[in-house]
This record gives sequence, structure tokens and C-alpha cells, in this order.
Amino acid sequence: MRCFIGIDLGSTTTKAVLMDENLDVLGRGITNSRSNYDTACAVAKQEAIIDTRFTLLRRNLGKAPGVAGKLDDVLGELERNFRLQQFLVQLADLEKTCQEYADEARYAAYGSAMNDVLGEIFTRLRKEAPEMFAPGAKRKSDFFRDNAGSRYMSIAEDLAKQSAIPFDLLLNLYDKAIIEVENRPPAEHLRATFLRGLEGVLARAPELGVTADMVAAPVHQALDVELEETYVVGTGYGRVRLPFSKEHIRSEILCHGLGAHLMYNGTRTVLDIGGQDTKAIQVDEKGIVENFQMNDRCAAGCGRYLGYIADEMNMGLHELGPMAMKSTKSVRINSTCTVFAGAELRDRLALGEAREDILAGLHRAIILRAMSIISRSGGIRDQFTFTGGVAKNEAAVRELRKLIKENYGDVTININPDSIYTGALGAAAFAQRAVIN
Amino acid sequence: MTAPTPTAAKPTVQKDRSMAMQKAMVDGNYARLARAEAERRKVAYTFVPGNINELLMCFDLVVNYPEINAIQNGMRKKSGRYIMEAEKAGHSEDVCTYVKADIGMMLKGNIGPNDERLPNPDVLMLSYTGCFTFMKWFELLRHHYKCETAMLHVPYEGGSGFSKNSRDYVVKQLKETVIPTLERVSGVKFDIDRLREYLKESQKAEENWVWVLESAKHKPSPIDSYFGAIYYISPIFTAFRGTPTATEYYAELRREVEQRIANGQGPITPEGEMKNEKYRLVVEGPPNYTSFRDFWKMFYDEGAVIVASSYAKVGGTYDFGFRHDPDHPLESVAEYCLNCYTNHNLPERVRMLETYVNEYQADGLLINSIKSCNSFAAGQLMMMKEVQKRTGKPGAFIETDLVDPRYFSPANVKNRLESYFQMIDQKRRATAA
Repeated sequence: MRCFIGIDLGSTTTKAVLMDENLDVLGRGITNSRSNYDTACAVAKQEAIIDTRFTLLRRNLGKAPGVAGKLDDVLGELERNFRLQQFLVQLADLEKTCQEYADEARYAAYGSAMNDVLGEIFTRLRKEAPEMFAPGAKRKSDFFRDNAGSRYMSIAEDLAKQSAIPFDLLLNLYDKAIIEVENRPPAEHLRATFLRGLEGVLARAPELGVTADMVAAPVHQALDVELEETYVVGTGYGRVRLPFSKEHIRSEILCHGLGAHLMYNGTRTVLDIGGQDTKAIQVDEKGIVENFQMNDRCAAGCGRYLGYIADEMNMGLHELGPMAMKSTKSVRINSTCTVFAGAELRDRLALGEAREDILAGLHRAIILRAMSIISRSGGIRDQFTFTGGVAKNEAAVRELRKLIKENYGDVTININPDSIYTGALGAAAFAQRAVIN
Repeated sequence: MTAPTPTAAKPTVQKDRSMAMQKAMVDGNYARLARAEAERRKVAYTFVPGNINELLMCFDLVVNYPEINAIQNGMRKKSGRYIMEAEKAGHSEDVCTYVKADIGMMLKGNIGPNDERLPNPDVLMLSYTGCFTFMKWFELLRHHYKCETAMLHVPYEGGSGFSKNSRDYVVKQLKETVIPTLERVSGVKFDIDRLREYLKESQKAEENWVWVLESAKHKPSPIDSYFGAIYYISPIFTAFRGTPTATEYYAELRREVEQRIANGQGPITPEGEMKNEKYRLVVEGPPNYTSFRDFWKMFYDEGAVIVASSYAKVGGTYDFGFRHDPDHPLESVAEYCLNCYTNHNLPERVRMLETYVNEYQADGLLINSIKSCNSFAAGQLMMMKEVQKRTGKPGAFIETDLVDPRYFSPANVKNRLESYFQMIDQKRRATAA
């Protein structure tokens, strides 16, 4: 089948969306952008292809006699097995790379003890991997780096205490190896990984209430569908690095405008707060950009602002919103400069203000900056669609709703759970249009 | 506010005769300035908008334009150092960077862009007051040089066009203050017939200049009315207006442009002729000078040509009919001062840009807002929206600076420009569909 792919290379994450010629989204993929955009692009695209396979598997299995009612269980099992297999492939690569670094002359003093400790770490990692992908298990994130990394650290710390190998050396090996592993283009043989995943399902077939006959044929059929990469369009800051020609590149302004229009076709104003820029876009009834404004001179008011504050407070980025939601009052933060906001934050803490109240103030400050950019682009028109990573932050959304109400009255505010894919969605639609129209 | 010479060009660049002439003129004026003290010639400093160059020539004054020095130093990568020098002397980060580049140069011994010392002024001729920074700038120079200052108060045009009262008021000042001051400083008696002769030359140059500007109505446009015009405006905006050399330059420029039209050629860029005109734009605001080539490249690489710009009118809005008039010499000098683009109010500026978008069949209006110029950056967003509304063509807004290299962020500017070009494409496709 003909597939149209949009890729959005962001400063933090790279997103891909795959759609068919009817503009139906079949798959989405996301990965961290790392320093290598080519690889980030390849990984995001592959993730979108994997997601597409799952969509096809769901369609096929949904039609298969006997699977009805058990579809989610079967698919869930298949996906967990697939992810486990994928994890194990990457883990093997990581081990091999770590061992190669350990063989370097500078570690000669530790002899084979270093290799032995590494071997033990990976044996344990492999052993506990199935647990990580067991039903109901929570993983640290969707990225291999985070999942493998946190467990590697923990095991390495234990083993370092029991051996003559210092922990920081093991950490150092991991840091070097993970960059190399992450920057290697992903392996292409997905089919084999899916089939190993299928074996896992078949092994548990009786528990799932299905038989091999019911499941195997629809799975094979779904895997046999050829996904022809008909047209790819890239967008985002790294777009010039995309390994394709200029006609395949669109600005993120156009992609976000069209993406928001496809998600909510009543959209007239789009606000996107991403890692390093904030954009306000006005679109017409067809999703065509009429005007836009972006933050100039300075990146205050972007996602990174919150990232910086999280670092200053020694918290995770995703913890900021929930904590700010507990506030009882908002502390006023005047600085528009990210670094100065950090100074204001410490100042308020020293004055005894509660962390949650300060955080509420910081969220208000970032949204105030966004409101200024929106007004310069022409203000908010009904409907308003909020996209980008910050749209997932409930405290930022709360402040935005308040300020929109105060300044523009009642406006429909759209926030899609998949809003992080807005740019990639628009890019995929441009890819479709390039061929179909 | 412009008069750079084309700096170190790549070997492949096609050099027209006019380019060589323009460079020789600019170099010649710097050489005259360098010799002025030795030759005991009197020196005037004055600004580009609303300048009274022909009148200054009547007193045998050698004229130095501080903004031009700032621009030249910007293009020659010297302005950053001078700006820091001025900041060291106490000028804040937000002050106009033309001022700081000039003050910094002065503090470092007033070595001009041609590496020769510029002479101290005998008179500071403030001929235009619409930019308040000019007044403060000359106050600083007066404090430093302890020299004479002549001030011409040019009333701001709050309405549509200037009134006879305003003109008479300027003429009165010319007669009662400016001319007597210049006579005293120079020791030369004012001769109105000499002024008439210069104005005749100005008029001839102005005719050809307007012809060149309007050639951009052709498709493809044979000239770039912003980046290219930076070179073209230099003689007529500065020390050469009123001289036969300038007249000759514009006649030659016109011949070259006529030839380009006959050949169906696009504008000349630093990398040769721009082929495939894809976007026709109107630009408001000065260019960035510290990354002038890189900035220009962002346009011609995409096939974008500027068909009209307000910046090419800061030294005279000739294309709306004004000409220096030898029959009414002082009146026409006064009208010229009143008429420069920077003296127009916002509705007039909007009207002018709207006219350009329509008459030059442009795809839209781009505003390059200047970080350190509060006087003229104010209201630009409103102007963009208004022109957009009236013409139905998309607008875009970018921000850079004149000569402070710290305020040119290429990735951001390029990103916005690319978005804008694609926005134009998208609009075109939608209109075609």
C-alpha cells in the first residue's frame, strides 16, 4: 500500500506520522533527537512503521474468527513480546559495544575482570528484561536509553561494590557505548522480530483463549502487506539535515498549521510551545497559514524554560505541572529571561514561599510570554488549538485557559492527546498532497 | 543611511561599470576627508535623511556622513568592536547601534572605514530632526569636538503631505540660521545661483534614479530594490547629489538596467545573476549590515527579489513625484527635508507600502525590524497587518539589527524566511485551486 510519512525533527524529540492515501493515520513514532538527526529520523520513521504494523494487525485480528473479545489481550501480548525482542536486540548491541570499549588499552590494568563484570551486568539485564515487559509492568520511558540506562546504573553500582572495578568506570563505558548504539541506524529486519513476538503469543495461546490457527494467519497477512514509502516530508529545525531533497521539506509553521487543522478543522489560531521556540499561527478554514509570529531574540517562554526550572529545583520535567497544580496562590515572577527566572525562583524560596506557589507563578510567566506572541500574530480566533510538549502540562494549560478567558472570552480550546505529533501530521498530509493532488 | 561600496567580491562576480563608478565615488570622498585638514578645507558632518548636500556644497564644505561610516564599518566587520567601546564609555545596550559604532570609532581615534583618520568637524549640520536620536548623537559629538552646530528643525508630518506653513518655516530657518552659520564657519558667501546649478544636476540624477527604481515593475525584475539598492542609493543619498559625477552615475546605471531588461535578466547578486524569480517582495526597514551577504543570500538562494523597499526612500521619496527644483531652490530643499520617508506618519507609510505591493505586483510585505531603533520599529506590526488587510497578500516579520553583530541570528531569520516563502507558495496554490 502507498504510505505517506511526515517527520518532525524537534530540538528535544523527533516525531514521525505515517498515513495512507485517504489521510488516515496508521502509525506514529517518537524518539529522542540525540546529536544525530539522520538516525533520529530513521528511528522515528521505523517506530511509525512498527506502529502501522500494529494498526494492520489490529484490523486483521479484529476480523479473525475467534479472536473477537480477546483482541486487546492478544495484541497486548504481541506488542510486549515484540518490544522485549527489540529491547534484547539493542541490549546485545550495547553489550558488544561496552565490551569493545573495555578492551581498550587504558583499561588494561583491570584485565579481564572488567569484561567479567560487564558480562554479569548484561546477563542480569537480560534476565530481568521479560519482567520489564510483563503485563502491567511500568517502564521508565519509551526510549531504550532510559530503560536500559537506569537498570544498568543500579546493577553496576551493586557489582562495583563487590569487585575491584570502580563504578565511575562502568558508568563511563555506558555513556560512551549508548551514544554509539543510539546513533547507529536501526536494523531493518522487523519481520523477524514480529515473528519472534508471535511465538511468544502462541506460547501463551491457551491462557489467552485462542489457538495458533486463529492468530498465525492474520498476523502473517498483516506482516505481508507491503508498506511502500511513497513520499516523505520533513519539518523542524533539523530539516536541512534530512536525507532528502528540498521539495521534501516544509517549514514547521506550515506543518503545524495544517496538522492542527486536520486534528480540529475549526481551528483558526494555533499555539505551539516546543523545546526552543513558541509559535502562534493563524490559519484559514482550509488550514492555510495567514500569519505567524515566533519568539525572537530570546527563547524565554519555551519548553526549555520549564526544563531549566526543573533542573534548578532538582525535579523531573513531568513533575512540575502536578506540583504547580497544588498551589493555593500564584507567586508573581516578572523576569522574561529563563536564567533570571531561576534567580527569582531562588529568591522566592529564600523568602519562604511554597514551591508549588512559585511553580504556579513560573507557569503563568511562560504563558504570559505566549499570550504576547499570540496577540502579535493577530490574537485568538475561535477555535484555538494548543500543541507541542507543553500542552501536556496541566498547570500551563490551566494558566492558558484563565488568560484566554480574561482576554478573549469564551473560546473553544482544543488540546489533542497526540498534540506532540501535530507537525509530523501536517508534514505527512503535505506528503500525501504532493502525490495525490 | 546608506552608501557602502561592494566589499571583497568573489572572483566570479560580474562587475558592471556603474559598480566601479560607485566604489570610486565613495573611496574618493573618504580620500577627500582624509586630506581635508592638510588642505585646510572645512568639514561638515550631517545625516542622510533630509540632508541638504547641495547647500553644503555651496560653502565648499567636505561632508562626512556618520551613519555611512557605521554602515561601512558594519560591512567591514569593525562595528562590533566600536560598539563595545561605546558601551565601555557608558552607552547602554539599547542605544541605536549606528550611534555606538560612531562614538566607538571616535573614541578609538576616528580612523575611518578606509583606515585613514577622519577630520574633526568644523560644523555639525543637523538637517533633520524626525529621528530624535540624531539630536542626541550630535550633542555627544558637539561635546567631544567643541564645534559649531547648526540645527534645522523639520516639522514632523502628522497628516497627509506637508503644509505650506511647514515649508516656509524650514525656508526661514535656512535663511536666518543655517546659511549664516555655514557662511561664518566656511568663510564662503552664499550664492543662490551656485545652488541652482547643483539642483539642476540633482534633478537629472533623480529622473534616472526613479526610472531605475520603477524598472522593478518588470518581470523578472532587473534590479533588487533593497539589497542591490543599497549600492545604488549611495551617490544620491550622500555627498554626491548635486554633482555631475552623480548625474553620470545614474545615467550609466539606467543604461545598464535597460540592457538587463532587453536581455530579460534578473538582478545581480554577489554570486552572479539571479535567475528564476520566484518571489517578489516589498521590504520595510533597513537591512542588517554585519551579515549583509548572508542575509541577502537567504533571499536570492530562494529566488526572492525585493521589488520595492521603504529603505531606499529614506533619502528621498522621488518616486512619488518630488524633484529638486532650481527655480525654487530653498523651497525645494525645504520640501526635500519634509518629504523623506522617515518624516512620514504611520498611515502614510502604510499607504506607500500598500502602493508598492500593488504596483510592483509583489507577493507580500516583509518587515525587518531593527532591535536598536525604537523610533522606526514602533508601529511596524500594525503596518504589516494593515498592508496585509488592504492587499490580501501575506506579511512576515523578522528582527535583526543595523550594525551590532550580536543581534543577527541566522538560523532564526532563515527559519522565518523559509516559512514565509512557503506560506506564499501555499497561498498561491490555494488561489489557483
